[in-house]
Amino acid sequence: MNMHEWLQTILLFLVLLALIRPLGSFMAKVFQGECTFLSPLFVPCEKVIYRISGVNPEKEMGWKHYAGSVLLFNLVLFVGLFIMLLTQHLLPLNPQKIPAFTWQLALNTAVSFTTNTNWQAYMGEQAASYFTQMVGLAVHNFVSAATGIAIAIAVIRGFVRRKTSLLGNFWVDMTRSTLYILLPISIIGALLLVSQGVIQNFSAYKTVPLIQSTSYDKPKMDDKGNLIKDAADKPVTENVIVKEVTIPMGPVASQEAIKELGTNGGGFFNANSAHPFENPTPLSNMLEILLILLIPGALTYTFGVMVGNTRQGWMLLGVMLVVLVGCFGVLQFAESSGNPLVAKLGVQSINMEGKEVRFGMAGSNLFTVATTGTSCGAVNSMHDSLTPIGGMIPLSLILLGEIIFGGVGSGLYTMLAFAIIAVFVSGLMIGRTPEYLGKKIEVREMWMSILVILTAGVSVLILSGIAMITPQAVASMSNPGAHGLSEVLYALASMANNNGSAFAGLNANVNFYNLFGSLAMTIGRYVPAIAVLAMAGSLAEKKYIPPSLGTLPTDKAPFAIWLTLVILIVGALTFFPALALGPIVEHLTMLGGN
Amino acid sequence: MNEIKPAILLFIILTIICGGIYPAIVTGVAYALFPKQAAGSFISDKGGKEIGSTLIGQPFSDPKYFWPRPSASTDFGYNSMASGGSNAGPTNPDYLKTVGDRVKALRDSGVTGKVPADLVQASASGLDPHITPESALLQVPRIAKARGISEEQLRIVVGKQIEERQFGFMGALRVNVLVLNVALDGEK
Repeated sequence: MNMHEWLQTILLFLVLLALIRPLGSFMAKVFQGECTFLSPLFVPCEKVIYRISGVNPEKEMGWKHYAGSVLLFNLVLFVGLFIMLLTQHLLPLNPQKIPAFTWQLALNTAVSFTTNTNWQAYMGEQAASYFTQMVGLAVHNFVSAATGIAIAIAVIRGFVRRKTSLLGNFWVDMTRSTLYILLPISIIGALLLVSQGVIQNFSAYKTVPLIQSTSYDKPKMDDKGNLIKDAADKPVTENVIVKEVTIPMGPVASQEAIKELGTNGGGFFNANSAHPFENPTPLSNMLEILLILLIPGALTYTFGVMVGNTRQGWMLLGVMLVVLVGCFGVLQFAESSGNPLVAKLGVQSINMEGKEVRFGMAGSNLFTVATTGTSCGAVNSMHDSLTPIGGMIPLSLILLGEIIFGGVGSGLYTMLAFAIIAVFVSGLMIGRTPEYLGKKIEVREMWMSILVILTAGVSVLILSGIAMITPQAVASMSNPGAHGLSEVLYALASMANNNGSAFAGLNANVNFYNLFGSLAMTIGRYVPAIAVLAMAGSLAEKKYIPPSLGTLPTDKAPFAIWLTLVILIVGALTFFPALALGPIVEHLTMLGGN
Repeated sequence: MNEIKPAILLFIILTIICGGIYPAIVTGVAYALFPKQAAGSFISDKGGKEIGSTLIGQPFSDPKYFWPRPSASTDFGYNSMASGGSNAGPTNPDYLKTVGDRVKALRDSGVTGKVPADLVQASASGLDPHITPESALLQVPRIAKARGISEEQLRIVVGKQIEERQFGFMGALRVNVLVLNVALDGEK
């Protein structure tokens, strides 16, 4: 790394750390119903919203009621988007006359955006109208993120409250997340992005003449749309001269801001945050990385404030930061070292395949670890073209369960499940009943924590196994050999952990990935969510046990180290065999020279 | 279940707020503060006709123009209707052959020494408007010959078009190929 890259990296983390405390304590106030500077604006709005929708904000819910509301709301979100995608051609704001989605693709896309995954098996500029993007997908970016925050807050209340079965009101938590947190930051973020050149308009796509025309060989089709082939069974082509190109337009900035802030990641365009209209400058790139890490980071502080000991939050943040920075280091080293097979051809040895010049090496790699450590899944470089070890980093961050900052809300509650496992294992070692934050960890908590951390992993491994014996799934690979396995593993890991990024060479718009992927996304989102709410319900009913001499302090460095080790060991035990067959074999092949 | 009413109504209300009011506010303020950027950073020729966006690269292969990075967009390079990268894996034989062919094409145009990676490896968007300054300077002898102007004069044109790192440290030094070629056509 050169001096500029060090400076850029350090500044990014300093700004992030500086924002965590103010935003974290602001969020704690919002969810504890205290007055904030936005209250004069939004308290009246909230009242109107609750009155119209028939919500009694004073009425709190038990865990089953809370989880039921989450599921019901998400079902409505899913159905709403599914219908919208199927009727896209009938809806307004479609200047390009884009047709409707097929039902399989609509199913996959609706599940994907409802579950905060934003896996995309379609090409934004060709398949989605402005209405779909803005009224459909962007709204889901808000509410799926708000759902995640609401669940995390309910789980924190489970630790804080004593001898009650109530965890708060889901409708209130979700509405407040949207109004007080997501909306204001998105507006500021979107405007900053426009200042850098991210577009925000409703014009029809623009056609401009090329200074120098270009041409390509287009396969000829017969009347029925089948390829015409010659005697040697090769497709017949005709040379087409291109004298002008069409440049897509749209309300991109408003979508870009919430896409990063809500760790959703669904790009307006196919190239996602690598597209110059989504991410035009080095500064817009840094802003987007910051937006991705902001809420998951700040929620650790909110957690600390609400449990009455901010060091508990800093400890979790420390674990996240250490793993994230470590992963960045490996990725940066791998990509800067480049690909020896390409260097042999007489090329400078850094890997620029699938990267943009303007971001620089560090700008690309910081984005990659931020987007996969969180469950964002936006990309500013093509992960499929990373070096084998480089590509293993985003894959591993996803497989760890999206806890290195993690999704908004989901990152925190999954990390808390890991903390409980860590407390339990250390309890076994010293022969004491484990406690965390003054609550006894018993059979129910252990079952639920195990469910939270293993559901996605088990889904990934089983579905990858099924994929390997399904001809259609195998045929979708775009690269041969070990890399093909990495593509499939990455796709299923990304969907099961609600990330949404891809080794995008894989042709994902086939029934196998659309349908099994929808299943993986649904299981990966709702099983852990229900499990943590069940755990929160049982924790809230327990009495508080004051710490004694024998209590393991969970706000100190030794526990942070222990927690990091537990995370890495669980991850390695679950996925090492699969990683060995994919990226590691490919790395050795690359070094071997063929 | 009696929560079905709030579920549906809140979905509708939040759709109006997040899908209607929010983008409307952003669009309104964006157009008031940054009209050029919001519309796509387009540049026009002397007659006022839009010739492209400074953010979206265009294909050039004529020896008298600076060449951009390889583009993997479908159908043809720099097809802005189909942004995307090659997604080629590092050990894919087809990919290595493609890079080899690109290196050979550069060698045929007179390039010697190590080839900068960005000039033979495709971008992520397929629309990357930039190349590194090294990649631009490398092409100077070819263009000077094709245009019959001095290399010195060309280097000055390139030098003027080098974009600094933002604030002096963010991102990478770069040259916008479309802007550079337009400037080149404007030179005598």
